[in-house]
Amino acid sequence: MTTMTGTPAVTGAVGTAHTRVEGVAKVTGAARYAGEIPYAELAHGWLVLSTVARGRIRSVGADAVLAMPGVLSVLHHGNAPRVDTDYVGLLGKPDPTLAVFQNDQVPYLGWPVALVVAETSEQAREAAEALVVEYDEEPHDIAFAAGRDGTYTPEDSAVEKGDVEAELAASAVVLDAEYTTPEEHHTMLEPHAAMARWEDGRLEVVDSNQGTMWVANELAKLFSLDPASVRVRSEHVGGGFGSKGIRAHQVCAVMAATALQRPVRVVLTRRQMFSLTGYRSPTAQRVRLGADADGRLRAFAHEAQNLTSTVHEFVEPSANVGRAMYASDAHHSVNRVVRLDVPTPTFMRAPGEAPGSFAMECALDELAEKCGVDPIALRVRNEPDAGPVSGLPFSSRNLLACFDEGARRFGWADRDPRPGVRREGRWLLGTGVAAASFPSGAGPSTAAVTAEADGTFTVRINAADIGTGARTALTQIAADALQVETGRVRTRIADSDFGPAWIAGGSMGTRSWAWAVTAAAKDLREQLALGGTVPPEGITVRSDTSEALATLAQKERYSFGAQFAEAAVDVTTGEVRVRRMLGIFAAGRIVNPLTARSQLIGGMTWGLSMALHEEAVRDAASGGHVGADLAGYHVAANADVPLIEADWVEDADADDPVGIKGVGEIGIVGAAAAIANAVWHATGVRHRHLPIRPDRVLLGGAVAPAGAEGPDA
Amino acid sequence: MAPSTSSAITLHVNGEKYTLPVDHRTTLLDALRERLDLTGTKKGCDQGQCGACTVLLDGRRAVSCLQLAVAAEGREITTIEGVADGDQLHPVQQAFVDLDGYQCGYCTPGQICSALAVIEEHAAGWPSAVTDDVRPEAGPPPLTADEIRERMSGNLCRCGAYVSIVQAVARAAGVEAAV
Amino acid sequence: MKEFGYQRVLDVPGAVALLGAEPDARYLGGGTNLVDLMKTGVERPGLLIDVRDLPLDRIEATEDGGLHIGATVTNSDLAAHPEVRRRYPALAQAVLAGASGQLRNMATVGGNLLQRTRCGYFTDTAKPCNKRVPGSGCPAIEGEHRNHAILGASAHCVATHPSDMGVALSAFDAVVTYETADGPGELPLSEFYLPVGDTPHLETALPAGALITGVTLPPAPVATVSRYRKVRERASYAFAIGSVAAALDVQDGTVRDVRLAFGAVASRPWRALTAERLLTGGPATAEAFAAAADAELAAAEALPDNGYKVTLMRNLVTAVLTELAEEAAR
Repeated sequence: MTTMTGTPAVTGAVGTAHTRVEGVAKVTGAARYAGEIPYAELAHGWLVLSTVARGRIRSVGADAVLAMPGVLSVLHHGNAPRVDTDYVGLLGKPDPTLAVFQNDQVPYLGWPVALVVAETSEQAREAAEALVVEYDEEPHDIAFAAGRDGTYTPEDSAVEKGDVEAELAASAVVLDAEYTTPEEHHTMLEPHAAMARWEDGRLEVVDSNQGTMWVANELAKLFSLDPASVRVRSEHVGGGFGSKGIRAHQVCAVMAATALQRPVRVVLTRRQMFSLTGYRSPTAQRVRLGADADGRLRAFAHEAQNLTSTVHEFVEPSANVGRAMYASDAHHSVNRVVRLDVPTPTFMRAPGEAPGSFAMECALDELAEKCGVDPIALRVRNEPDAGPVSGLPFSSRNLLACFDEGARRFGWADRDPRPGVRREGRWLLGTGVAAASFPSGAGPSTAAVTAEADGTFTVRINAADIGTGARTALTQIAADALQVETGRVRTRIADSDFGPAWIAGGSMGTRSWAWAVTAAAKDLREQLALGGTVPPEGITVRSDTSEALATLAQKERYSFGAQFAEAAVDVTTGEVRVRRMLGIFAAGRIVNPLTARSQLIGGMTWGLSMALHEEAVRDAASGGHVGADLAGYHVAANADVPLIEADWVEDADADDPVGIKGVGEIGIVGAAAAIANAVWHATGVRHRHLPIRPDRVLLGGAVAPAGAEGPDA
Repeated sequence: MAPSTSSAITLHVNGEKYTLPVDHRTTLLDALRERLDLTGTKKGCDQGQCGACTVLLDGRRAVSCLQLAVAAEGREITTIEGVADGDQLHPVQQAFVDLDGYQCGYCTPGQICSALAVIEEHAAGWPSAVTDDVRPEAGPPPLTADEIRERMSGNLCRCGAYVSIVQAVARAAGVEAAV
Repeated sequence: MKEFGYQRVLDVPGAVALLGAEPDARYLGGGTNLVDLMKTGVERPGLLIDVRDLPLDRIEATEDGGLHIGATVTNSDLAAHPEVRRRYPALAQAVLAGASGQLRNMATVGGNLLQRTRCGYFTDTAKPCNKRVPGSGCPAIEGEHRNHAILGASAHCVATHPSDMGVALSAFDAVVTYETADGPGELPLSEFYLPVGDTPHLETALPAGALITGVTLPPAPVATVSRYRKVRERASYAFAIGSVAAALDVQDGTVRDVRLAFGAVASRPWRALTAERLLTGGPATAEAFAAAADAELAAAEALPDNGYKVTLMRNLVTAVLTELAEEAAR
């Protein structure tokens, strides 16, 4: 027993750089991810995916495969346990394609038609390859285009203020342009993996996900289990980016573990991930801006379209991004959808904002050019006092401070606005800028903080650290709330038995969890301050933020940022190299400058990758991907990424106990636009379709300004 | 007679000898992870397209997903578990921790094994694709940021930690000031 | 991946004899392509004959002043070798432009020559492909072909050869040496790869059962001023969308000797002999370089989405030869 009184107060962890508490485990290989924990009698499941994009399964040749060495089971629609998808989960009704092996219908190419379970992974893979599945194929349709037949406007996806058409007609300057972004994939380095087993009457799942309680609840509903009888853990997660929720691999693993009554692990292959783990829909966007000659906006119209599967609606809300950005006399924004024979898209880092900001921030740049106004000055001119559509006050809005600081550090004042006039060897050089915004929110969470008898503290919260540094940030937050050194705080996360907490998503994780941890830790400190001794089992205080969040005033709550990029373009080969990027953000209080900077730079790196590289390609004939691997789907490699700097301005959220807004997604927003704008500044050619590939740059060429040597002249 | 499809082999990993029967289909990566419980080596793509499974074979970096275990018999294998000296992190590991050269950590063991080799390859005078003049008379190229970026490009990092990875490699290589 | 036998061989005759006895066998070098193809089901050998320990890992000067490169020399050792870098710098550059440091440590010269196309239809067994399943069709022609061939392709296949190394070897008149049960043989690289025609599944002229033992580079003084430039869709760790290996000897503004080969435009490394003939003896000017490229590319047949490669190659040839002319003038 330890006496807790008389301990000197320690604060100041929040705001100070702290290396990751799990850092040594990660650099020594000791950190175990979902597919890496050994179990006695572990069996290996391997998925078999459909090779047609639409149709019915005629037969599954399970018998031949069951005779192969080591094969334990073949699960398919003829023998799999039934599951229930008629429920509403954390994020709404589930995508019914989660319910694998329930019927003979194939909704897209790459959908699971069977799971082969074998003693070893080699046996399972060979048997899965050998399984003959016959189909009655039906014609499929995967052709995505703006306004194509079948396009519809989902409920609540349009916003209208004033008369956009009238204001456009009255505008001195009008910009009307179409932008597209391709199908993009999360491609986190750790493939989705889950081990399921029944242990003492409970279903135990070791998984890689962004919220263990979320996955546990969905599994309980799917399999009609008491939620208390399901435990999901996910200690280390090799990246998520929106893709690691409830997916086919967990459902299959549970089915197989139930059928075989032994532990079963299902790991997706890299190719399988392309059809089973969600993706960002391609978008086709039209932006119309009407302005006075000085650039003041009279009309702002953003129409965006995405695709979804035939069985589940997912809206990529690209057109929402302007609703809190620019003052305008009239505003119209709408997201439209078309259903095709493809997998259901999902949330991917900054859903809506990432593709939407590309279109909007490129359009702003084009308008600036037309008006002869500096792109930053154009944004200053259209800075709103309150929510441009809602009229609500901003909790804080420090976008212009970001532009001021960024412009100073980037050297924007010296920029010659003319395009195509800077050359260095074979490279044309240009700079570009864009604004960024992302909503700040918090979800209800519970936490438990324990004062241990040995003088240390244990925080238990069902958070997920998918690389964000949440584990470390929560340790710092708890330490400050407890007024102790971080070394005395141990933070345990990602176990559904810890109780409900918000997921790692929407840049809301750390803010949501920090709120709960702060509340519990402060309570505990107050209890300890009364004196007395800590019993051997410790003293535990719990918190629940549901009520506090419900009473939060309605405001426009956003992080903001200013993105700067310099690009070098060789129009004779089409190569584009980003030479430097700078992002200045107003993103609430920064808990851990070391890891927050990594998050912001990581987001900006995603923006670079989105601008120049990423594009999943579907083959019209088959309806499936071509090159569904990491050699076919390019993400930026090390050599693509220059020195990227990220920094921030003071912007604490007064309504949050710690002042946090969230930094997970803001970094990608506007980054691709800043690069596209820099490519225009280099070449004089607008590239409105991502990625800005060599063939596009080559065919686009460059303007030949007077006095400059035109590369294609 | 059909040839045998499995063999009893001895693998030399991190200075230890492991004798085990392997299905010939078993890659070195799967043997490490599923047979020897050395799960620090990561499987990101299983196709040689990401570098997460990088180990050192006879001191040289290689992707263990395309290396059959049976063909690795007799070679000295170093995995991430063999990089530190007891509790003392290798300078490359320490630099990754101190400079936050990672986020989710899944590509990290491969990045670190690759970085160890990059420093060796550079010390041996090997040119790279961004070396201006590869002729031996030009002398060994300085280890600039661009050289590190190119040489580390076989290790994808989706979290986008490249900026700090380059800084960590530079620090460990003693050229921090140059990048 | 189906089960297979594995045998390590220590001498060349033993390797050849073993392959001859087992028609379902493949030689295993670094495995960087074969093992991947086995995982995706494109290759399903019954026996792997591991040739990595064969005594073919040397790079040696030949009596006439060229180099002989053993088949099991790794890409890394090839690119790091001082004589390769001194005599054939474009070859070192080409190897360094390929894959990654890890893969170059594993991949061998023999395997590099025999690597298969990275066409996304070829590597996906659920899709038709004449190269993989003769007669099944070529969906790339109507489908995704942005990175496919513009030269020497046919209505049966438009895939490209993925090698960077092979492009430089082609420019320098490399000769492939091999061993069969009947003894040694050799094939100039210009005859090594078969035309596509209606048999895209037949890729090389190697006799059945042959083991590549190495590559001989004849002496080529022109190669000391040489360069490999590769354009790809990211800055590193990606296959080419167009590449050029070039060597140039200029005296008093006149081209005395020139070598030119293209990558990522055909089913094989494409030696640009038409352009070389036009340039030799003519002026070393950007105009002449562009005209020679145009002449070579006159035979190009572009599909709807890969026509940019014609412009790309013209620009690359002009740029690389111009750089070499400047270097030669120094």
